[in-house]
Amino acid sequence: MTAAPSFPPQYLAILILILFGIGFGAVTLYVGRFFRMSRPYHEKLVAYESGNEPTAEPRMRFSVKFYLIAILFVVFDVEAIYLYPWAVTYDRQGLFALVEMFIFIFLLLAGYVYAWKKETFQWEK
Amino acid sequence: MHVLVLLLQILVLFAVVMLHVAYATYFERKIIGHMQVRMGPMRVGWHGLLQPIADGIKSFFKEDIIPEQADRPIFLAAPIICLVAMLTSLAVLPFAPGWVLADINIGLIFILAMSSLSSYGVILAGWASNSKYTFLGGLRSMAQVISYEIAMGLSLVGVMMLSGTLNLSKIVEAQGTSFGGMYIFPQIIAFFVFCVAMLAETNRVPFDLPEAETELVSGYATEYSGMRYAMFFMAEYIGMIVMSAIGTICFLGGWNGPFTVPGVPFFWFVLKIYLFLFVFIWIRATLPRYRYDQLMELGWKLLIPLALANIALTGIVKAIIG
Repeated sequence: MTAAPSFPPQYLAILILILFGIGFGAVTLYVGRFFRMSRPYHEKLVAYESGNEPTAEPRMRFSVKFYLIAILFVVFDVEAIYLYPWAVTYDRQGLFALVEMFIFIFLLLAGYVYAWKKETFQWEK
Repeated sequence: MHVLVLLLQILVLFAVVMLHVAYATYFERKIIGHMQVRMGPMRVGWHGLLQPIADGIKSFFKEDIIPEQADRPIFLAAPIICLVAMLTSLAVLPFAPGWVLADINIGLIFILAMSSLSSYGVILAGWASNSKYTFLGGLRSMAQVISYEIAMGLSLVGVMMLSGTLNLSKIVEAQGTSFGGMYIFPQIIAFFVFCVAMLAETNRVPFDLPEAETELVSGYATEYSGMRYAMFFMAEYIGMIVMSAIGTICFLGGWNGPFTVPGVPFFWFVLKIYLFLFVFIWIRATLPRYRYDQLMELGWKLLIPLALANIALTGIVKAIIG
């Protein structure tokens, strides 16, 4: 690895596996072109809607709940990421880390309770 | 030279995993068949043993339909994204002492990252197909996967606290060789949360809403056909194997067993994975599908508080015991 001297050697296998996966997918699909049949016509290529002609735009408006879930996900997933280093070093930190983490989780719980009260998790009223 | 050895190892791993994927579909059909007092596949080969091979050949020769309204580049890339993300997670799994392709120190985070990446493939497939069923399927899948990912991430924090590492091999070693050393006993709440989240993450029954065939035809994969459809299938089954492996490593003691089997260091690991896969299939044969609002409420109102409580409990107990 002369091009990237700081490249950690353990990750080489992962890089090769990614390339291998892309290669497998691309080659299988490319080679298949010469073997599979291909007789496209309009009815076959139109979007599937249980046999009817498609009506209206498929990318319709959808429930705002999905946005709320997405935003809550960002909050809670970042919380989980903060918990990981704390959890790994918990043995070496002692009681201080425990109290710290209780304060951290408590703050998040306040937001969680707020979201619950606002009925974010209530899909149907 | 090093690269060639790695490539050879990857080839062997890939072949073994693909064989497992093929025969997981066979056993799924067979087990569900017998649970419903049917025979399952019987025609192709002895007791239908060649059925998965026949299925593979069939999907290879099937016409590759690309709908005219689809966003072509994204439509073409989506199944490969799914497959590559799932395949890459295999690199960090320790099958036996030293039997790991990439022994990285953030193995657990890497697995979680890859399982998030594979949901990109699903969302992009749903969006790029430009059809109503795929759009709804992709949308549902996104909300479901990200909701349960939090629960899964939090349930594994307890394991990290006990083992003090993110390296998967070291997590197994930290559990020790004794039966009682498995983290399933001190982390029983986390194990429960993990199992439920695992089913939701892999879009399996009872949480298979992204492809709920009675309402969404085939969800995000509706417009896919032939080999591209098969790739989504492969990704799903590799996902099941990876999640079973994580459950085995984090809670069931990985490659350790009551006695060592000479010459087969990965014996117990593989056996525990088969156990997980059997439970996956068993649940599919037993349970009906959740409704979408129930699914969201279960994830947010039960699993996340449970996982947080487990972290607090583990912290307190560890502080008292030392």
